[in-house]
Amino acid sequence: MGSASVLARNRWFIALSFVLVVPGAARAAALTTQECLNCHNAMPARLVDAKLFQSSVHSALGCTACHSDVKAFPHIPAPKEVACRECHGGIEGDYSQSVHAAVWGKWKLKYSACLECHGNPHAILAKTNPRSPVYPLNLPRTCGSCHGSPAMARRYGIANVYGLYIDSIHGFALTEDGLLVAATCASCHGAHRILGANDPQSRTYRNNVPATCGSCHANIEALYFEGVHGKALKAGSAAAAVCIDCHTVHRIARVQTAAWQAKTVATCGNCHRQQLRSYRDTFHGQVTALGFVETARCWSCHESHRVLPPSDPKSSIAPQNLVSTCGKCHQGAAKGFVSFEAHPDPHDRALNPTLYYAWLAMNLLLLSVFAFFGLHTVLWLVRTWSTRNHNSAASGPWRPQ
Amino acid sequence: MNADKPARAYYFRFSLGQRYLHGLVIVTFLGLAASGMPLRFSDTLWAKNIAEAMGGFGAVLFLHKLCAVGVTAGFLFHVAEVLYRGLVKGERGMFWGPTSLVPQPRDIVNIYQQFRWFFWLGPKPRYGRYTYWEKFDYWAVFWGMAIIGISGYMMWFSAFFARFVPGYLFNVALLVHGEEALLAIWFIFIIHFFNTHLRPEKFPIDPVIFTGRESDEELRRDRPLEYQRLVDQEALRVLQTDQPPRWLNNFARIIAIAAVGTGFFLLAVTLAAFFAGS
Repeated sequence: MGSASVLARNRWFIALSFVLVVPGAARAAALTTQECLNCHNAMPARLVDAKLFQSSVHSALGCTACHSDVKAFPHIPAPKEVACRECHGGIEGDYSQSVHAAVWGKWKLKYSACLECHGNPHAILAKTNPRSPVYPLNLPRTCGSCHGSPAMARRYGIANVYGLYIDSIHGFALTEDGLLVAATCASCHGAHRILGANDPQSRTYRNNVPATCGSCHANIEALYFEGVHGKALKAGSAAAAVCIDCHTVHRIARVQTAAWQAKTVATCGNCHRQQLRSYRDTFHGQVTALGFVETARCWSCHESHRVLPPSDPKSSIAPQNLVSTCGKCHQGAAKGFVSFEAHPDPHDRALNPTLYYAWLAMNLLLLSVFAFFGLHTVLWLVRTWSTRNHNSAASGPWRPQ
Repeated sequence: MNADKPARAYYFRFSLGQRYLHGLVIVTFLGLAASGMPLRFSDTLWAKNIAEAMGGFGAVLFLHKLCAVGVTAGFLFHVAEVLYRGLVKGERGMFWGPTSLVPQPRDIVNIYQQFRWFFWLGPKPRYGRYTYWEKFDYWAVFWGMAIIGISGYMMWFSAFFARFVPGYLFNVALLVHGEEALLAIWFIFIIHFFNTHLRPEKFPIDPVIFTGRESDEELRRDRPLEYQRLVDQEALRVLQTDQPPRWLNNFARIIAIAAVGTGFFLLAVTLAAFFAGS
């Protein structure tokens, strides 16, 4: 409600207050909070709820700390928009670089962007207060008021991700387990200086993702940077997988679920196409392709975060470690067992001649059997049909020859 | 055979044991195909649906192994019986001669004659107890079972077998197991079904493997040499029996049509997957 309409609706009340209050206010001293509330808590429009204000973080500062242009009563013309930056200069500095500030600039929005998240300006609570809209357990809903709206997503092209987040392991930790340590929007995106994912400074920029996730998942981050993906990322590879390539961005699933485990084989295969194809030529790969997770998946052998090449002695697939790696599932697997090729290619004679010739022999067998009997069957059928036509034309009902 | 013999005389062609063995092979073969082909073509939707409908990984594997054990028992029993009859009871005819399933020089001649008949160049060959395509059916299944069986047990007990063979043989085992199985099911569901049941002379089924009997007319028409041999050895009377009872004929029809139907379904989906995939 604009201040003009407030004035209009309350014009009789305001006129009366001039008569009653002006004599007292004429004293040159600064206005006290109580004096402000005399009008603003009492007016029918109730601009300020005294009770809420008194419980807010700013109550001790008094009205004029923010409304610093209000020196006396009456305060006409209407007071200016409050500038939070006068106190929160550092935050304003962060905020001014953010995507939100850019939007405010682009749409020339006049009202304070701070309040979009922090709520009622006269009842701003500490972020540790469970009633604050930026309290961790409330934050996703607050962000979701814009980023959970299909209409907003359509109209302004902003990400509609609230639903994805709420269905994630982080969302469940928050809504079902009530964990304050559960990652919320701000845990990954930051609070005030939220930058686009394409900005190299952003916490969600590809190269920064491992550090961002690692701010909670510290051990995983360490393992990741020991592995090939982390090393390639550090070396500047744009193709190196980061956390979100496997775990997705917002709808991060519990990794223990069969549904997720079955899907992630294909996820690795997005980059490792050849390896996925050859994996599918094993019993392991056939079973997982059906959606079951009882057989080895990529990380069963390669580890999930510390993926190392076989040349690295620490690698789970280094020759000297294969017996123990295979033995995780195949109890009693002997030394000979590990010459099993987990990524076979029957077409590659150099890789494994036995497999290649077996493949060749089987194909020749299939081809020759079906060439001979296919021809045999077709000729037989044609012969029988033509016999029937021949006979029925010549001598009535067909009798087998 | 005298002309005044009743026209609808029937003679036993297969013993009860042979019919049970064929029944066991039908059931286990379909079970193995239905639980194995989803793995061979695991990237298809039908494979996922069949595997899901069977009850998931554990159920699919259990069914596959159950059928495997069943057919292995049948196979071993059959081999033991053949050896017992051939070696102990001295039925040398099992290994060579007109009643043997072992390929004979005559079979080569028969193939040549059959092709001449296909092209209207000669009369239909006169067959004995087993035609060459029946012998091929038998040996294809025999060696198929041996190859698929050995490779299957190798993979089932991989840790044990790895003590004796290198691990890459399990790659070979899977490849051979899957390709031989594909050969087997396509052969059975196309060639065997046609040669035995679906060709116009027999359509829709030839019930002889279910009823055990064939008519005098069929015996004389399809296997004149066998008929002649039985007449010469005066063995025909021993094999003579009644017309199969109606329940047996109906039973044969139901089993055969169910098996052919199941087979055609698996044939269609595997053919589609094979040619879509390669």
